[in-house]
Amino acid sequence: MESFMNTEPNVPELSFESLDELLWSARELLEDDSYPTVQRWREGGGPVVGHFQVYFPEEIAHAAGALPFRMRGAPVEAQQSDSRFGSYLCSILKTSLEIALTNRVELDMFVTHPICDAARNLAGIFGRNFDYPCQILYLPQNANSSHSATYLRDEYARLQRVVEDVTGASVSSDDLRGSIEVYNRNRALLRELYTIKRDEPWQLSADDAYVLMALGGVVRREEHNAVLEAVLPWIRAREVSRPDRIRVVFEGGFCEQPPLDLIRAVARSCYVVDDDLLIGMRWILSDVPTAGDPLANLAVAYLEDSSYSPVQHDNRKKKEEMLLERIRGARAEAAIVTAAKMCEPGLEEQVAYTHALDEARVPYFVSEFEENMTSFDHLEIQLETFVENLMFD
Amino acid sequence: MSTTAEAGIVGRGNADGARLFRDWFGELGEAAEQGRGGAYVFVMGSLVELLRSFDLPVVFPEINSLQTAVRHQAHEYLDEAEDYGYSPDICGYVKADVATQLRGGELPMGRIPKPAISVHTNACNTYIKWAEIWERMYDCPIVTIDTPGSRGDGIHPMPGDPDFENDRRYVAAQLQELIPVLERVSGVPFDIDRLRETMTHANTMARGWARVLELNTARPSVFNALTDGTIYLGVSNCLRGTPEGARYFDELVEEMEFKSARGIGTPTEELYRLIFVGVPCYPIFRRFAELFSEWGGSFVTSTYLWFASGGANRGFQYDLEHPIDSLAEGLLLGVRDAMDSMFFHTGPLLRQFEEFGADGVVFHPIKSCRTVSTGLADSRRDIMARADVPSLFIESDMMDRRVVSEAQLKNRIDAFFEGLASRRVKAAATGI
Repeated sequence: MESFMNTEPNVPELSFESLDELLWSARELLEDDSYPTVQRWREGGGPVVGHFQVYFPEEIAHAAGALPFRMRGAPVEAQQSDSRFGSYLCSILKTSLEIALTNRVELDMFVTHPICDAARNLAGIFGRNFDYPCQILYLPQNANSSHSATYLRDEYARLQRVVEDVTGASVSSDDLRGSIEVYNRNRALLRELYTIKRDEPWQLSADDAYVLMALGGVVRREEHNAVLEAVLPWIRAREVSRPDRIRVVFEGGFCEQPPLDLIRAVARSCYVVDDDLLIGMRWILSDVPTAGDPLANLAVAYLEDSSYSPVQHDNRKKKEEMLLERIRGARAEAAIVTAAKMCEPGLEEQVAYTHALDEARVPYFVSEFEENMTSFDHLEIQLETFVENLMFD
Repeated sequence: MSTTAEAGIVGRGNADGARLFRDWFGELGEAAEQGRGGAYVFVMGSLVELLRSFDLPVVFPEINSLQTAVRHQAHEYLDEAEDYGYSPDICGYVKADVATQLRGGELPMGRIPKPAISVHTNACNTYIKWAEIWERMYDCPIVTIDTPGSRGDGIHPMPGDPDFENDRRYVAAQLQELIPVLERVSGVPFDIDRLRETMTHANTMARGWARVLELNTARPSVFNALTDGTIYLGVSNCLRGTPEGARYFDELVEEMEFKSARGIGTPTEELYRLIFVGVPCYPIFRRFAELFSEWGGSFVTSTYLWFASGGANRGFQYDLEHPIDSLAEGLLLGVRDAMDSMFFHTGPLLRQFEEFGADGVVFHPIKSCRTVSTGLADSRRDIMARADVPSLFIESDMMDRRVVSEAQLKNRIDAFFEGLASRRVKAAATGI
């Protein structure tokens, strides 16, 4: 098979025959609940560190030779996990446990974070169901304390010790620096992807952009970098039509992810010029320095050079102001303010967001989603009506 | 047994607790009338010891909200907050407080001051989101004292361990940073001796609370953890660090020791000793308790009495020679214990099942509180897999009567007790 690229990245699960083929195979890979890339990694003897949303310092697991696997829910039915949870909970908790209980992915370690009241329970729940270490990484929740970075540096050192125990690897500062470089490259490529979304949104639909980004959660970042390096020039260069569409920011995808078909439905009537989908992958905004103490550098970057989400309070990052800044930065005309069903932080933030958008006179569309929803007709009609009102106002 | 002594002691904790609670709330009303701002805090890691040393009126929004449910008025508050934009699927305590703020602090029990500051831990993430609402409404400072908990089940580094000391330094630094903020907000300079004073009273209260909980291993139990325990808990939180609170707990210990020594139990004839896991069903609080007591079920302990006391159940004693470091250590250990009682409680529950001679465990997850409720189905499964522990799993809410079905609750509770009775008959027949 002849590739449309000069140098084909070594990701056997993807097809490089054409750009469309690549995007199609990436989508298939992302929706494949047998997680072939994770299986391939394990068959090669590599350990897997599963981490729940939103942000995790993957560099530490990467430096130990592990595959950091982003647990972002899954398109599966919660058959075994359902009995481990009560009612009134978001779907991502259940499907993330489901893929582990059903051995769709085999982990060597699981880490969750105190991002919300439900997610912090996962260390206990996973710990009662699996023998491997299941822990909470306490990312600082007082981002404004002068001691937060020092604390976080030592918390990362603790995490590193556990990862070393699990993987059997001894991680040096140079190993960490090497991983930071890989991730810096990845962050730069994702910024480029988002620049295309913002400046030439007709070149790449929101769902295709999402697929290209989300791939990074299931492959080593070197592979992800190779795919992005190969594909981004092709995306920029391709000849496509430029339909007239409303430019919108999509907000509410920081943890549970909307189904791909929902993003596609949005993309049919809007240009999504910025969003918070999988924001943890783009949490750190620029290159993390490699000189000096790499753990300290990662800690400082988390606190001082980072994005925002409803699950972090920082006096310097009032979330409604950050949303307005995102809208202005992306030259968006409107916002889609969503929340996953039963997601308390997301639902609470919706109130502040909509009040701020009212005040700023930015049109918005409010919605809720669930990762396993399958019908989008109603939503699409509502969204089209919203868009028409704006276009013909 | 002295009937006169009994008349003077038995029931004193409940009567005095109710009176102290009313007095405390009355003081809040006076502060509101005077236009003073309050320090808004939460039960898990309230830091009241520190706040009282700045003369700040202390407001517990969780307790205010649950009072609206107990007084059957929560639905009005919930409706108002939902009209304002809040989802039916978020914490009912938050929504009741939003409506309270929209009503200028009016509650069924009186009026509360507006927030001058919020000081909260991360024991519950909703604390932080909740405080953000006040920040937006009043532009008041909100301070999270980040208190890292156990990283996993059984991971409990203690003082001296590098991991614990990293956490302690972090918490102590945040407390040091909080003090000038409190000085600015209150206009009162920090006085370490006043802090020592409130910490002394907190020591007495924590010691008393631990002893009271321990005394309920008596047969019959000396108080009902679900009903009486909630009164004691209210005093433990609202009067923490005060001489009145310290005296109350000294006297409560006296009462419980008196009852224990004389075999005096609760008004319920105790046929089944139960452990309660979760948060009570406040919209039908009395009836909820009756659904168990009518069968002779008495709650001997509960996770609620651990976590909602902010870990005071540990009886931690502050070192008054080193107040700030010790406050950091106490906060860290207390909040960690509170969080453990929600996330990693299966081991302690199994131990308590033995220590208290319990007959069953009642799991009561609620819609409003994911912190407490998310893991309960799994911990129940785990406990049943590890030991022969009869258990009941019932869902409702602490605020929202729309998700409380008394008939369904009764059906399941009745079936549970029938099962307990059947086990007892079978055990008697087989001699086990």
